[in-house]
Amino acid sequence: MERKRLSRAGYIALFAAAALAAAVLSLCLGAVTVSPGELAAVVFGGQRTGTAAQILLYVRIPRTLGCLLAGAALACSGAIIQTVLANPLAAPNIIGVNSGAGVGAALCCALFPTAAAALPFASFAGAFAGVMLVLLIAERAGASRITLVLAGVAISGMFSACIDAVLTMYPDALIGYSDFRIGGMANLTVQRIAPAGWMIVFCLAAAFVFSNEMDVLALGSDTAQSLGLPVRRVRVLLLMIAAALAGAAVSFAGLLGFVGLIAPHMARRLVGSEGRFLLPACAFGGAALLTVCDILARVLFAPYELPVGIVLSLAGGPFFLWLLFRRGASHP
Amino acid sequence: MIELEHVDAGYRGEAVVRGVSLQFRPGEVTVLLGANGCGKSTLLKTALGLLPAVGGRVLYDGEDVSQLAPAQIARKAAYLAQSRPVPSIEARRMVLHGRFAYLSFPRRYRPCDHEAVREAMEQAGASDLAGRPMTQLSGGQRQKVYLAMALAQQTQTIFMDEPTTWLDVRHQLDVMETARRLADEGRAVVVVSHDLCLALRTADRAAVFGGGTLACVGTPEEVWSSGALDRAFDVTVRRVSVDGAWRYFCE
Repeated sequence: MERKRLSRAGYIALFAAAALAAAVLSLCLGAVTVSPGELAAVVFGGQRTGTAAQILLYVRIPRTLGCLLAGAALACSGAIIQTVLANPLAAPNIIGVNSGAGVGAALCCALFPTAAAALPFASFAGAFAGVMLVLLIAERAGASRITLVLAGVAISGMFSACIDAVLTMYPDALIGYSDFRIGGMANLTVQRIAPAGWMIVFCLAAAFVFSNEMDVLALGSDTAQSLGLPVRRVRVLLLMIAAALAGAAVSFAGLLGFVGLIAPHMARRLVGSEGRFLLPACAFGGAALLTVCDILARVLFAPYELPVGIVLSLAGGPFFLWLLFRRGASHP
Repeated sequence: MIELEHVDAGYRGEAVVRGVSLQFRPGEVTVLLGANGCGKSTLLKTALGLLPAVGGRVLYDGEDVSQLAPAQIARKAAYLAQSRPVPSIEARRMVLHGRFAYLSFPRRYRPCDHEAVREAMEQAGASDLAGRPMTQLSGGQRQKVYLAMALAQQTQTIFMDEPTTWLDVRHQLDVMETARRLADEGRAVVVVSHDLCLALRTADRAAVFGGGTLACVGTPEEVWSSGALDRAFDVTVRRVSVDGAWRYFCE
Protein backbone atom coordinates (compact mmCIF):
# COMPACT_ATOMS: atom_id res chain seq x y z
CA MET A 1 0.00 0.00 0.00
CA GLU A 2 2.66 2.50 1.09
CA ARG A 3 4.88 1.58 -1.84
CA LYS A 4 2.02 2.07 -4.27
CA ARG A 5 1.17 5.46 -2.80
CA LEU A 6 4.80 6.55 -3.07
CA SER A 7 4.86 5.42 -6.67
CA ARG A 8 1.74 7.49 -7.44
CA ALA A 9 3.31 10.47 -5.70
CA GLY A 10 6.41 9.71 -7.77
CA TYR A 11 4.43 9.93 -11.00
CA ILE A 12 2.99 13.25 -9.91
CA ALA A 13 6.52 14.50 -9.16
CA LEU A 14 7.56 13.26 -12.61
CA PHE A 15 4.72 15.18 -14.27
CA ALA A 16 5.66 18.28 -12.23
CA ALA A 17 9.30 17.95 -13.31
CA ALA A 18 8.19 17.54 -16.94
CA ALA A 19 6.07 20.71 -16.69
CA LEU A 20 8.99 22.61 -15.16
CA ALA A 21 11.42 21.36 -17.80
CA ALA A 22 8.95 22.21 -20.57
CA ALA A 23 8.52 25.69 -19.10
CA VAL A 24 12.28 26.31 -19.06
CA LEU A 25 12.59 25.07 -22.65
CA SER A 26 9.62 27.19 -23.68
CA LEU A 27 11.33 30.27 -22.22
CA CYS A 28 14.63 29.50 -23.97
CA LEU A 29 13.56 28.20 -27.39
CA GLY A 30 11.93 30.01 -30.29
CA ALA A 31 12.83 32.16 -33.27
CA VAL A 32 15.56 33.66 -31.06
CA THR A 33 17.28 31.36 -28.58
CA VAL A 34 17.69 32.68 -25.05
CA SER A 35 20.56 31.13 -23.12
CA PRO A 36 20.01 29.69 -19.61
CA GLY A 37 22.34 32.40 -18.28
CA GLU A 38 20.22 35.17 -19.81
CA LEU A 39 17.10 33.48 -18.49
CA ALA A 40 18.54 33.32 -14.96
CA ALA A 41 19.60 36.98 -15.17
CA VAL A 42 16.03 38.04 -16.00
CA VAL A 43 14.13 35.69 -13.70
CA PHE A 44 16.44 35.72 -10.67
CA GLY A 45 18.66 38.77 -11.27
CA GLY A 46 15.87 41.24 -12.07
CA GLN A 47 17.46 42.31 -15.37
CA ARG A 48 14.96 44.36 -17.39
CA THR A 49 17.04 45.69 -20.31
CA GLY A 50 18.48 44.04 -23.42
CA THR A 51 16.93 41.98 -26.22
CA ALA A 52 16.72 38.75 -24.23
CA ALA A 53 14.97 40.48 -21.32
CA GLN A 54 12.46 42.15 -23.66
CA ILE A 55 11.70 38.85 -25.42
CA LEU A 56 11.28 37.02 -22.13
CA LEU A 57 9.23 39.69 -20.35
CA TYR A 58 6.87 40.57 -23.17
CA VAL A 59 6.67 37.38 -25.21
CA ARG A 60 7.95 34.18 -23.67
CA ILE A 61 6.93 34.50 -20.00
CA PRO A 62 3.28 35.39 -20.76
CA ARG A 63 3.18 32.69 -23.41
CA THR A 64 4.67 30.02 -21.17
CA LEU A 65 2.40 31.01 -18.30
CA GLY A 66 -0.54 30.80 -20.69
CA CYS A 67 0.47 27.30 -21.81
CA LEU A 68 0.92 26.04 -18.25
CA LEU A 69 -2.38 27.50 -17.05
CA ALA A 70 -4.46 26.48 -20.09
CA GLY A 71 -2.94 22.97 -20.15
CA ALA A 72 -3.62 22.42 -16.45
CA ALA A 73 -7.13 23.87 -16.69
CA LEU A 74 -8.24 21.90 -19.76
CA ALA A 75 -6.76 18.62 -18.48
CA CYS A 76 -8.49 18.90 -15.09
CA SER A 77 -11.69 20.04 -16.77
CA GLY A 78 -11.53 16.92 -18.94
CA ALA A 79 -10.91 14.63 -15.95
CA ILE A 80 -13.87 16.11 -14.07
CA ILE A 81 -16.24 15.92 -17.05
CA GLN A 82 -15.24 12.32 -17.79
CA THR A 83 -15.95 11.36 -14.17
CA VAL A 84 -19.26 13.23 -13.87
CA LEU A 85 -20.62 11.95 -17.18
CA ALA A 86 -19.07 8.49 -16.60
CA ASN A 87 -17.74 8.71 -20.13
CA PRO A 88 -14.04 8.35 -20.96
CA LEU A 89 -14.60 9.86 -24.40
CA ALA A 90 -15.96 13.12 -22.99
CA ALA A 91 -13.57 16.05 -23.14
CA PRO A 92 -14.24 19.79 -23.15
CA ASN A 93 -13.63 20.16 -26.88
CA ILE A 94 -15.50 16.99 -27.89
CA ILE A 95 -18.78 17.56 -26.06
CA GLY A 96 -19.11 21.25 -26.91
CA VAL A 97 -17.83 22.87 -23.71
CA ASN A 98 -14.97 24.66 -25.44
CA SER A 99 -17.16 25.92 -28.27
CA GLY A 100 -19.75 27.04 -25.68
CA ALA A 101 -16.97 29.03 -24.05
CA GLY A 102 -16.10 30.34 -27.52
CA VAL A 103 -19.63 31.67 -28.00
CA GLY A 104 -19.38 33.44 -24.63
CA ALA A 105 -16.00 34.91 -25.57
CA ALA A 106 -17.14 36.02 -29.03
CA LEU A 107 -20.30 37.65 -27.65
CA CYS A 108 -18.32 39.41 -24.92
CA CYS A 109 -15.78 40.74 -27.42
CA ALA A 110 -18.57 41.85 -29.78
CA LEU A 111 -20.84 43.51 -27.25
CA PHE A 112 -18.31 44.74 -24.64
CA PRO A 113 -15.06 45.18 -26.56
CA THR A 114 -13.32 47.06 -23.74
CA ALA A 115 -14.29 44.72 -20.88
CA ALA A 116 -11.29 42.39 -21.07
CA ALA A 117 -11.69 41.31 -17.43
CA ALA A 118 -15.20 40.05 -18.18
CA LEU A 119 -13.93 37.67 -20.87
CA PRO A 120 -13.23 34.65 -18.63
CA PHE A 121 -16.63 35.00 -16.96
CA ALA A 122 -18.41 35.23 -20.32
CA SER A 123 -16.48 32.15 -21.46
CA PHE A 124 -17.46 30.38 -18.27
CA ALA A 125 -21.14 31.18 -18.90
CA GLY A 126 -20.89 29.73 -22.43
CA ALA A 127 -18.99 26.66 -21.25
CA PHE A 128 -21.48 26.08 -18.45
CA ALA A 129 -24.39 26.29 -20.90
CA GLY A 130 -22.61 23.67 -23.05
CA VAL A 131 -21.89 21.30 -20.21
CA MET A 132 -25.42 21.57 -18.76
CA LEU A 133 -26.91 20.81 -22.17
CA VAL A 134 -24.83 17.64 -22.34
CA LEU A 135 -25.80 16.70 -18.77
CA LEU A 136 -29.47 17.22 -19.65
CA ILE A 137 -29.12 14.90 -22.62
CA ALA A 138 -27.29 12.32 -20.52
CA GLU A 139 -29.95 12.40 -17.78
CA ARG A 140 -33.10 12.65 -19.89
CA ALA A 141 -32.20 10.29 -22.70
CA GLY A 142 -30.14 7.90 -20.56
CA ALA A 143 -27.74 8.21 -23.44
CA SER A 144 -25.03 5.68 -24.13
CA ARG A 145 -21.42 6.76 -24.27
CA ILE A 146 -21.25 7.07 -28.03
CA THR A 147 -24.64 8.82 -28.25
CA LEU A 148 -23.42 11.34 -25.71
CA VAL A 149 -20.30 12.03 -27.75
CA LEU A 150 -22.39 12.40 -30.91
CA ALA A 151 -24.77 14.75 -29.07
CA GLY A 152 -21.69 16.70 -27.99
CA VAL A 153 -20.54 16.92 -31.58
CA ALA A 154 -23.97 18.32 -32.55
CA ILE A 155 -23.88 20.85 -29.70
CA SER A 156 -20.33 21.76 -30.66
CA GLY A 157 -21.48 22.32 -34.25
CA MET A 158 -24.35 24.57 -33.13
CA PHE A 159 -22.07 26.65 -30.93
CA SER A 160 -19.51 26.95 -33.73
CA ALA A 161 -22.29 28.26 -35.98
CA CYS A 162 -23.15 30.79 -33.25
CA ILE A 163 -19.50 31.92 -33.13
CA ASP A 164 -19.50 32.30 -36.92
CA ALA A 165 -22.75 34.27 -36.77
CA VAL A 166 -21.37 36.63 -34.12
CA LEU A 167 -18.16 37.14 -36.07
CA THR A 168 -20.02 37.72 -39.31
CA MET A 169 -22.02 40.50 -37.68
CA TYR A 170 -19.04 41.87 -35.70
CA PRO A 171 -16.01 41.07 -37.87
CA ASP A 172 -13.64 42.99 -35.58
CA ALA A 173 -14.81 41.24 -32.42
CA LEU A 174 -11.98 38.75 -32.23
CA ILE A 175 -8.58 39.89 -33.34
CA GLY A 176 -6.68 36.90 -34.70
CA TYR A 177 -9.83 34.89 -35.28
CA SER A 178 -8.07 31.94 -36.87
CA ASP A 179 -5.75 31.66 -33.86
CA PHE A 180 -8.80 31.65 -31.62
CA ARG A 181 -10.53 29.02 -33.71
CA ILE A 182 -7.55 26.67 -33.84
CA GLY A 183 -6.20 27.61 -30.45
CA GLY A 184 -3.01 29.59 -30.17
CA MET A 185 -0.75 31.30 -27.69
CA ALA A 186 0.57 34.14 -29.82
CA ASN A 187 0.23 37.75 -28.62
CA LEU A 188 -0.52 36.87 -25.01
CA THR A 189 0.16 39.46 -22.32
CA VAL A 190 0.22 39.05 -18.57
CA GLN A 191 -2.69 41.51 -18.34
CA ARG A 192 -4.77 39.36 -20.67
CA ILE A 193 -4.01 36.15 -18.81
CA ALA A 194 -4.32 37.47 -15.24
CA PRO A 195 -8.12 37.35 -14.64
CA ALA A 196 -8.42 33.90 -16.23
CA GLY A 197 -5.25 32.78 -14.42
CA TRP A 198 -6.72 33.57 -10.99
CA MET A 199 -9.92 31.83 -11.95
CA ILE A 200 -7.95 28.73 -12.97
CA VAL A 201 -5.91 28.66 -9.76
CA PHE A 202 -9.06 29.03 -7.64
CA CYS A 203 -10.94 26.33 -9.57
CA LEU A 204 -8.02 23.88 -9.46
CA ALA A 205 -7.96 24.28 -5.67
CA ALA A 206 -11.75 23.82 -5.53
CA ALA A 207 -11.55 20.69 -7.69
CA PHE A 208 -8.93 19.23 -5.34
CA VAL A 209 -11.08 20.02 -2.29
CA PHE A 210 -14.01 18.15 -3.85
CA SER A 211 -11.90 15.23 -5.11
CA ASN A 212 -13.46 12.82 -2.59
CA GLU A 213 -16.94 13.72 -3.82
CA MET A 214 -15.69 13.10 -7.35
CA ASP A 215 -14.44 9.63 -6.34
CA VAL A 216 -17.78 8.71 -4.78
CA LEU A 217 -19.64 9.99 -7.84
CA ALA A 218 -17.44 7.76 -10.01
CA LEU A 219 -19.11 4.73 -8.37
CA GLY A 220 -22.33 5.46 -10.28
CA SER A 221 -25.15 7.78 -9.28
CA ASP A 222 -27.24 5.17 -7.40
CA THR A 223 -24.32 3.89 -5.35
CA ALA A 224 -23.06 7.43 -4.75
CA GLN A 225 -26.42 8.60 -3.44
CA SER A 226 -26.80 5.50 -1.29
CA LEU A 227 -23.43 6.39 0.27
CA GLY A 228 -24.83 9.78 1.25
CA LEU A 229 -23.70 11.99 -1.64
CA PRO A 230 -26.25 14.60 -2.81
CA VAL A 231 -25.65 13.52 -6.40
CA ARG A 232 -27.45 16.25 -8.37
CA ARG A 233 -25.94 19.08 -6.34
CA VAL A 234 -22.41 17.66 -6.52
CA ARG A 235 -22.74 16.95 -10.25
CA VAL A 236 -23.72 20.56 -10.99
CA LEU A 237 -21.01 21.89 -8.68
CA LEU A 238 -18.29 19.79 -10.33
CA LEU A 239 -19.53 20.70 -13.81
CA MET A 240 -19.44 24.38 -12.83
CA ILE A 241 -15.81 23.95 -11.80
CA ALA A 242 -15.05 22.10 -15.06
CA ALA A 243 -16.83 24.78 -17.10
CA ALA A 244 -15.00 27.57 -15.28
CA LEU A 245 -11.65 25.86 -15.97
CA ALA A 246 -12.41 25.32 -19.67
CA GLY A 247 -13.97 28.76 -20.03
CA ALA A 248 -10.99 30.52 -18.43
CA ALA A 249 -8.56 28.63 -20.69
CA VAL A 250 -10.57 29.32 -23.85
CA SER A 251 -10.82 33.03 -23.00
CA PHE A 252 -7.12 33.54 -23.79
CA ALA A 253 -6.00 30.35 -25.57
CA GLY A 254 -8.89 29.84 -27.99
CA LEU A 255 -10.60 26.57 -28.86
CA LEU A 256 -7.78 24.19 -27.98
CA GLY A 257 -8.59 20.57 -28.57
CA PHE A 258 -7.52 17.24 -27.11
CA VAL A 259 -5.57 18.37 -23.99
CA GLY A 260 -8.70 17.54 -21.98
CA LEU A 261 -8.78 14.08 -23.52
CA ILE A 262 -5.14 13.01 -23.71
CA ALA A 263 -3.85 14.25 -20.34
CA PRO A 264 -6.55 12.61 -18.15
CA HIS A 265 -6.10 9.28 -19.94
CA MET A 266 -2.33 9.36 -19.53
CA ALA A 267 -2.66 10.36 -15.88
CA ARG A 268 -5.34 7.76 -15.12
CA ARG A 269 -3.16 5.00 -16.55
CA LEU A 270 -0.27 5.93 -14.28
CA VAL A 271 -1.88 7.06 -11.02
CA GLY A 272 -5.37 5.48 -11.19
CA SER A 273 -8.69 7.26 -10.90
CA GLU A 274 -8.49 8.50 -7.30
CA GLY A 275 -9.09 12.25 -7.49
CA ARG A 276 -6.42 13.35 -4.99
CA PHE A 277 -3.78 11.78 -7.25
CA LEU A 278 -5.51 12.15 -10.61
CA LEU A 279 -6.12 15.90 -10.47
CA PRO A 280 -2.53 16.96 -9.65
CA ALA A 281 -1.23 14.48 -12.24
CA CYS A 282 -3.64 15.93 -14.82
CA ALA A 283 -2.72 19.50 -13.95
CA PHE A 284 1.02 18.94 -14.32
CA GLY A 285 0.62 16.53 -17.26
CA GLY A 286 -1.69 18.88 -19.16
CA ALA A 287 0.60 21.83 -18.49
CA ALA A 288 3.63 19.85 -19.75
CA LEU A 289 1.77 18.54 -22.81
CA LEU A 290 0.49 21.92 -23.98
CA THR A 291 3.83 23.61 -23.35
CA VAL A 292 5.73 20.94 -25.32
CA CYS A 293 3.23 21.22 -28.19
CA ASP A 294 3.63 24.99 -28.14
CA ILE A 295 7.43 24.65 -28.30
CA LEU A 296 7.04 22.31 -31.30
CA ALA A 297 4.63 24.76 -32.92
CA ARG A 298 7.29 27.46 -32.60
CA VAL A 299 10.42 25.56 -33.60
CA LEU A 300 9.25 23.01 -36.19
CA PHE A 301 9.02 25.55 -39.01
CA ALA A 302 10.91 28.47 -37.43
CA PRO A 303 10.87 31.37 -38.11
CA TYR A 304 7.27 30.56 -39.13
CA GLU A 305 4.97 29.60 -36.30
CA LEU A 306 2.02 27.23 -36.25
CA PRO A 307 -0.91 27.76 -33.88
CA VAL A 308 -0.44 25.22 -31.08
CA GLY A 309 -3.95 23.84 -31.76
CA ILE A 310 -2.69 22.35 -35.04
CA VAL A 311 0.09 20.40 -33.30
CA LEU A 312 -2.34 19.27 -30.60
CA SER A 313 -4.89 18.10 -33.15
CA LEU A 314 -2.23 16.23 -35.12
CA ALA A 315 -1.29 14.38 -31.94
CA GLY A 316 -4.76 14.18 -30.40
CA GLY A 317 -6.76 13.00 -33.41
CA PRO A 318 -4.95 9.66 -33.73
CA PHE A 319 -5.08 9.27 -29.94
CA PHE A 320 -8.87 9.72 -29.94
CA LEU A 321 -9.25 7.18 -32.75
CA TRP A 322 -7.06 4.73 -30.87
CA LEU A 323 -9.23 5.20 -27.79
CA LEU A 324 -12.42 4.60 -29.79
CA PHE A 325 -11.09 1.46 -31.43
CA ARG A 326 -9.62 0.15 -28.19
CA ARG A 327 -12.98 0.59 -26.43
CA GLY A 328 -14.74 -0.92 -29.42
CA ALA A 329 -12.50 -3.96 -29.21
CA SER A 330 -13.03 -4.43 -25.48
CA HIS A 331 -16.81 -3.75 -25.62
CA PRO A 332 -18.09 -5.42 -28.78
CA MET B 1 -37.13 -0.16 10.88
CA ILE B 2 -38.03 0.55 7.25
CA GLU B 3 -41.68 0.26 6.23
CA LEU B 4 -43.43 0.60 2.89
CA GLU B 5 -47.01 1.88 3.13
CA HIS B 6 -49.12 1.34 -0.01
CA VAL B 7 -46.12 2.25 -2.16
CA ASP B 8 -46.43 2.66 -5.93
CA ALA B 9 -42.96 2.49 -7.46
CA GLY B 10 -41.98 3.43 -11.00
CA TYR B 11 -40.35 5.97 -13.26
CA ARG B 12 -41.46 9.50 -14.19
CA GLY B 13 -44.82 9.19 -12.47
CA GLU B 14 -45.75 5.83 -14.04
CA ALA B 15 -45.98 2.97 -11.57
CA VAL B 16 -44.42 -0.38 -12.41
CA VAL B 17 -45.60 -1.96 -9.18
CA ARG B 18 -48.56 -0.73 -7.08
CA GLY B 19 -49.85 -0.79 -3.55
CA VAL B 20 -46.93 -2.51 -1.82
CA SER B 21 -47.02 -2.62 1.97
CA LEU B 22 -44.03 -4.34 3.55
CA GLN B 23 -41.89 -4.11 6.65
CA PHE B 24 -38.21 -4.96 6.66
CA ARG B 25 -37.68 -6.27 10.16
CA PRO B 26 -34.35 -6.46 12.02
CA GLY B 27 -33.04 -10.02 12.30
CA GLU B 28 -34.76 -11.16 9.11
CA VAL B 29 -33.70 -11.86 5.53
CA THR B 30 -36.51 -10.74 3.23
CA VAL B 31 -36.19 -11.84 -0.40
CA LEU B 32 -38.05 -10.08 -3.19
CA LEU B 33 -38.95 -12.52 -5.97
CA GLY B 34 -40.61 -12.09 -9.34
CA ALA B 35 -40.13 -12.36 -13.08
CA ASN B 36 -37.99 -9.90 -15.04
CA GLY B 37 -39.47 -6.40 -15.20
CA CYS B 38 -41.95 -6.94 -12.34
CA GLY B 39 -40.51 -3.95 -10.44
CA LYS B 40 -38.38 -5.56 -7.71
CA SER B 41 -35.31 -3.39 -8.30
CA THR B 42 -37.50 -0.33 -8.84
CA LEU B 43 -39.13 -0.96 -5.47
CA LEU B 44 -35.72 -1.39 -3.87
CA LYS B 45 -34.56 1.97 -5.25
CA THR B 46 -37.77 3.58 -4.03
CA ALA B 47 -37.24 2.11 -0.57
CA LEU B 48 -33.75 3.65 -0.58
CA GLY B 49 -35.02 7.07 -1.67
CA LEU B 50 -33.11 6.79 -4.96
CA LEU B 51 -36.44 7.08 -6.81
CA PRO B 52 -39.36 9.12 -5.53
CA ALA B 53 -42.42 7.00 -4.66
CA VAL B 54 -45.15 7.45 -7.27
CA GLY B 55 -47.64 6.86 -4.46
CA GLY B 56 -47.69 5.85 -0.80
CA ARG B 57 -44.92 6.39 1.75
CA VAL B 58 -41.55 4.91 2.67
CA LEU B 59 -40.89 5.32 6.39
CA TYR B 60 -37.50 5.14 8.12
CA ASP B 61 -38.16 4.76 11.85
CA GLY B 62 -41.43 6.60 11.28
CA GLU B 63 -39.94 9.42 9.18
CA ASP B 64 -40.86 9.83 5.52
CA VAL B 65 -37.78 9.06 3.38
CA SER B 66 -38.53 12.03 1.12
CA GLN B 67 -37.82 14.31 4.10
CA LEU B 68 -34.37 12.80 4.78
CA ALA B 69 -31.06 13.96 3.29
CA PRO B 70 -28.96 11.36 1.43
CA ALA B 71 -26.46 11.25 4.31
CA GLN B 72 -29.24 10.54 6.83
CA ILE B 73 -30.54 7.69 4.67
CA ALA B 74 -27.00 6.35 4.19
CA ARG B 75 -26.62 6.01 7.96
CA LYS B 76 -29.76 3.89 8.15
CA ALA B 77 -29.66 1.77 4.96
CA ALA B 78 -26.84 0.48 2.76
CA TYR B 79 -27.22 -0.62 -0.85
CA LEU B 80 -25.38 -3.23 -2.87
CA ALA B 81 -26.26 -2.20 -6.42
CA GLN B 82 -26.72 -4.66 -9.26
CA SER B 83 -24.40 -3.02 -11.78
CA ARG B 84 -21.45 -0.89 -10.83
CA PRO B 85 -18.50 0.71 -12.55
CA VAL B 86 -15.09 -0.53 -11.44
CA PRO B 87 -12.86 2.44 -10.63
CA SER B 88 -9.10 2.19 -10.74
CA ILE B 89 -8.60 2.53 -6.98
CA GLU B 90 -7.43 0.27 -4.17
CA ALA B 91 -9.99 -1.95 -2.45
CA ARG B 92 -9.37 -0.32 0.95
CA ARG B 93 -10.03 3.13 -0.48
CA MET B 94 -13.20 1.79 -2.05
CA VAL B 95 -14.44 0.50 1.31
CA LEU B 96 -13.53 3.86 2.92
CA HIS B 97 -16.21 5.44 0.71
CA GLY B 98 -18.69 3.55 2.88
CA ARG B 99 -17.84 6.07 5.61
CA PHE B 100 -18.70 9.08 3.43
CA ALA B 101 -22.03 9.74 5.19
CA TYR B 102 -20.22 10.14 8.52
CA LEU B 103 -17.69 12.72 7.32
CA SER B 104 -18.02 16.44 7.71
CA PHE B 105 -16.39 18.83 5.27
CA PRO B 106 -13.56 18.66 4.06
CA ARG B 107 -13.99 14.88 4.17
CA ARG B 108 -10.95 13.71 6.08
CA TYR B 109 -11.16 10.11 7.28
CA ARG B 110 -10.70 9.68 11.03
CA PRO B 111 -9.14 6.73 12.94
CA CYS B 112 -12.66 5.45 13.78
CA ASP B 113 -13.44 5.33 10.03
CA HIS B 114 -10.32 3.26 9.37
CA GLU B 115 -11.30 0.94 12.22
CA ALA B 116 -14.82 0.55 10.79
CA VAL B 117 -13.30 -0.26 7.40
CA ARG B 118 -10.99 -2.88 8.90
CA GLU B 119 -13.92 -4.55 10.65
CA ALA B 120 -16.13 -4.42 7.54
CA MET B 121 -13.43 -5.97 5.35
CA GLU B 122 -12.95 -8.71 7.91
CA GLN B 123 -16.72 -9.41 8.05
CA ALA B 124 -16.95 -9.54 4.25
CA GLY B 125 -13.87 -11.76 3.98
CA ALA B 126 -12.05 -9.08 2.00
CA SER B 127 -9.17 -8.27 4.40
CA ASP B 128 -6.58 -9.87 2.13
CA LEU B 129 -7.74 -7.69 -0.80
CA ALA B 130 -7.18 -4.36 0.97
CA GLY B 131 -4.12 -3.20 -0.96
CA ARG B 132 -5.14 -4.53 -4.37
CA PRO B 133 -6.51 -2.39 -7.21
CA MET B 134 -10.20 -3.01 -7.94
CA THR B 135 -9.43 -3.46 -11.62
CA GLN B 136 -7.30 -6.52 -10.85
CA LEU B 137 -9.94 -8.35 -8.79
CA SER B 138 -12.26 -11.12 -9.99
CA GLY B 139 -16.04 -10.67 -9.96
CA GLY B 140 -16.38 -12.54 -6.67
CA GLN B 141 -13.61 -10.55 -5.02
CA ARG B 142 -15.15 -7.26 -6.20
CA GLN B 143 -18.47 -8.33 -4.76
CA LYS B 144 -16.78 -8.88 -1.39
CA VAL B 145 -15.27 -5.39 -1.53
CA TYR B 146 -18.62 -3.82 -2.43
CA LEU B 147 -20.23 -5.76 0.40
CA ALA B 148 -17.52 -4.50 2.76
CA MET B 149 -18.27 -0.94 1.59
CA ALA B 150 -21.94 -1.45 2.45
CA LEU B 151 -21.01 -2.94 5.84
CA ALA B 152 -18.71 0.02 6.56
CA GLN B 153 -21.85 2.18 6.52
CA GLN B 154 -22.82 0.42 9.78
CA THR B 155 -26.54 0.53 8.98
CA GLN B 156 -29.48 -1.32 10.49
CA THR B 157 -30.72 -2.36 7.03
CA ILE B 158 -28.88 -3.65 3.96
CA PHE B 159 -30.46 -3.86 0.52
CA MET B 160 -28.85 -6.21 -2.01
CA ASP B 161 -29.94 -6.12 -5.64
CA GLU B 162 -29.11 -9.40 -7.42
CA PRO B 163 -25.98 -9.94 -5.31
CA THR B 164 -25.23 -13.35 -6.83
CA THR B 165 -25.43 -12.43 -10.52
CA TRP B 166 -22.29 -13.39 -12.48
CA LEU B 167 -20.80 -15.22 -9.49
CA ASP B 168 -19.75 -18.87 -9.42
CA VAL B 169 -21.57 -21.26 -7.10
CA ARG B 170 -19.04 -20.95 -4.28
CA HIS B 171 -19.27 -17.15 -4.26
CA GLN B 172 -23.10 -17.29 -4.55
CA LEU B 173 -23.24 -19.41 -1.42
CA ASP B 174 -20.75 -17.11 0.34
CA VAL B 175 -22.86 -14.03 -0.39
CA MET B 176 -26.10 -15.61 0.80
CA GLU B 177 -24.40 -17.01 3.90
CA THR B 178 -23.17 -13.50 4.66
CA ALA B 179 -26.73 -12.19 4.25
CA ARG B 180 -27.93 -14.85 6.69
CA ARG B 181 -25.18 -14.02 9.18
CA LEU B 182 -25.93 -10.29 9.05
CA ALA B 183 -29.58 -10.98 9.80
CA ASP B 184 -28.61 -13.28 12.66
CA GLU B 185 -26.56 -10.38 14.06
CA GLY B 186 -29.74 -8.31 14.16
CA ARG B 187 -29.81 -6.43 10.87
CA ALA B 188 -32.63 -6.30 8.36
CA VAL B 189 -31.39 -7.76 5.06
CA VAL B 190 -33.40 -7.34 1.87
CA VAL B 191 -32.32 -9.34 -1.18
CA VAL B 192 -33.63 -9.15 -4.74
CA SER B 193 -32.87 -12.44 -6.41
CA HIS B 194 -33.63 -14.53 -9.45
CA ASP B 195 -32.17 -17.64 -7.86
CA LEU B 196 -35.36 -19.06 -6.33
CA CYS B 197 -33.73 -22.04 -4.69
CA LEU B 198 -30.91 -20.14 -3.00
CA ALA B 199 -33.18 -17.24 -2.04
CA LEU B 200 -35.88 -19.41 -0.45
CA ARG B 201 -33.28 -21.44 1.39
CA THR B 202 -31.80 -18.26 2.96
CA ALA B 203 -34.96 -16.22 3.55
CA ASP B 204 -37.05 -15.73 6.64
CA ARG B 205 -39.71 -14.05 4.55
CA ALA B 206 -40.35 -13.97 0.83
CA ALA B 207 -42.31 -11.34 -1.09
CA VAL B 208 -43.50 -12.47 -4.53
CA PHE B 209 -44.38 -9.88 -7.17
CA GLY B 210 -46.60 -10.48 -10.18
CA GLY B 211 -49.27 -8.69 -12.17
CA GLY B 212 -47.91 -5.27 -11.14
CA THR B 213 -48.41 -5.82 -7.42
CA LEU B 214 -47.25 -7.74 -4.36
CA ALA B 215 -48.86 -11.12 -4.96
CA CYS B 216 -47.90 -12.87 -1.74
CA VAL B 217 -45.73 -12.37 1.32
CA GLY B 218 -44.87 -14.85 4.05
CA THR B 219 -42.40 -17.49 5.10
CA PRO B 220 -40.89 -19.53 2.24
CA GLU B 221 -43.18 -22.42 3.17
CA GLU B 222 -46.28 -20.18 3.11
CA VAL B 223 -45.31 -18.63 -0.20
CA TRP B 224 -44.60 -22.01 -1.74
CA SER B 225 -47.90 -23.45 -0.46
CA SER B 226 -49.87 -20.50 -1.89
CA GLY B 227 -48.74 -21.31 -5.44
CA ALA B 228 -47.73 -17.66 -5.96
CA LEU B 229 -44.26 -18.70 -7.11
CA ASP B 230 -45.67 -21.00 -9.79
CA ARG B 231 -47.93 -18.21 -11.08
CA ALA B 232 -45.27 -15.49 -10.94
CA PHE B 233 -42.66 -17.48 -12.86
CA ASP B 234 -44.95 -19.75 -14.87
CA VAL B 235 -43.07 -22.84 -13.62
CA THR B 236 -43.69 -25.57 -11.11
CA VAL B 237 -41.70 -25.11 -7.93
CA ARG B 238 -41.18 -28.32 -5.98
CA ARG B 239 -39.41 -28.99 -2.71
CA VAL B 240 -37.60 -31.88 -1.08
CA SER B 241 -36.44 -32.30 2.47
CA VAL B 242 -32.66 -32.42 2.88
CA ASP B 243 -31.24 -32.92 6.37
CA GLY B 244 -34.47 -31.66 7.88
CA ALA B 245 -34.69 -28.45 5.83
CA TRP B 246 -36.64 -27.72 2.65
CA ARG B 247 -34.74 -27.33 -0.61
CA TYR B 248 -36.65 -25.86 -3.55
CA PHE B 249 -36.21 -26.52 -7.26
CA CYS B 250 -38.07 -25.62 -10.42
CA GLU B 251 -39.51 -27.71 -13.23
